[in-house]
Amino acid sequence: MNMKKTIEEELRNMNAPAPDITALLDRAMTEDLVDVAYATVDSPVGQLLAASTPKGLVTLAYTEGRIEDVLERLSERVSPRIMEAPERIDTVRRQLDQYFEGVRKDFDLDIDWSLSSGFARKILRATARIPYGKLLTYRDVARKAGNEWASRAAGNALGSNSIPIIVPCHRVIRTGGGLGGYTGGLSKKEFLLDLEGALEV
Amino acid sequence: MKPPFQRLIDDHSAAVKRFLTASVGPTEAEDCFQETFIAALRAYPGLKRTDNLRGWLLTIARNKAIDHFRVTKRVSVGAVPELPHHDPPAIDPALIQAVASLPEKQRSAVALRYVTDLPFKDVADIMGCSPEAARRSVHEGIKKLREVWGS
Repeated sequence: MNMKKTIEEELRNMNAPAPDITALLDRAMTEDLVDVAYATVDSPVGQLLAASTPKGLVTLAYTEGRIEDVLERLSERVSPRIMEAPERIDTVRRQLDQYFEGVRKDFDLDIDWSLSSGFARKILRATARIPYGKLLTYRDVARKAGNEWASRAAGNALGSNSIPIIVPCHRVIRTGGGLGGYTGGLSKKEFLLDLEGALEV
Repeated sequence: MKPPFQRLIDDHSAAVKRFLTASVGPTEAEDCFQETFIAALRAYPGLKRTDNLRGWLLTIARNKAIDHFRVTKRVSVGAVPELPHHDPPAIDPALIQAVASLPEKQRSAVALRYVTDLPFKDVADIMGCSPEAARRSVHEGIKKLREVWGS
């Protein structure tokens, strides 16, 4: 047997230092080449994925362990130039932590509304103005958006909310007091309303 | 659907870095790596075909390596000791020098075939030649490497 390794083996086993991804991210940011920056955020209602464009927060998603699905949707609907950039998400993370600790009642964040349009966007903007701990019905929100007979459309718009918690669609319930639906699961809606003291009679 | 760019980084950055380390040496590889991925980010929104993204990235990397050689006309192995201690110092400077002494086509073909472990067909796609030509370049490159490095 040949004691000496072949040159092919030597090449195959060649070691290279890991690339400096942090430096790449810094430069990509400086040169405005990152259209969507994202990071995951842990929360009492499960893992969230926060994504920002230069305009503001565009998505806060319940990942349910499927980060790739969320990123693919962003790639399709916003831009494929997506990079993981935890520092760009620091403000969102801090405000969410404060919210879940019960010390923050209002989010102070720029929002990128580009994932919604038309009446749905009006509904979501109206929803964004519902105060902490307050409950509105689908019909209330529809009225605030300019068409009180469009509560079904309002429900659909809220179901497509890409920035839950921060655009507080959990504060919208059925006429008559039923909780209605919630994309992340009803237990999350209950948790958030309980946190805000909205379920106490 | 175009994969999120982060996935290209996760899946292919190590292979690109290995290819560049073999092509231009460990000192210059990081610069070429940065240039490669910045160029890729710029071009990504307009990219039509996404069925071989690794090949696409390596094509850009090869061009960056060629640019690099045009400017410096040599490889540098000097910075190997500056690597963090936990990195295994397994880059043989003599091997890097030997690869650098090859003509560009042979150098790229050998690096793609063995360092990034691609089949001849993919090597050919990246280099824009026939699989036979790729095979020939690899064969000649290895033959020359045995003469230079083995002695």
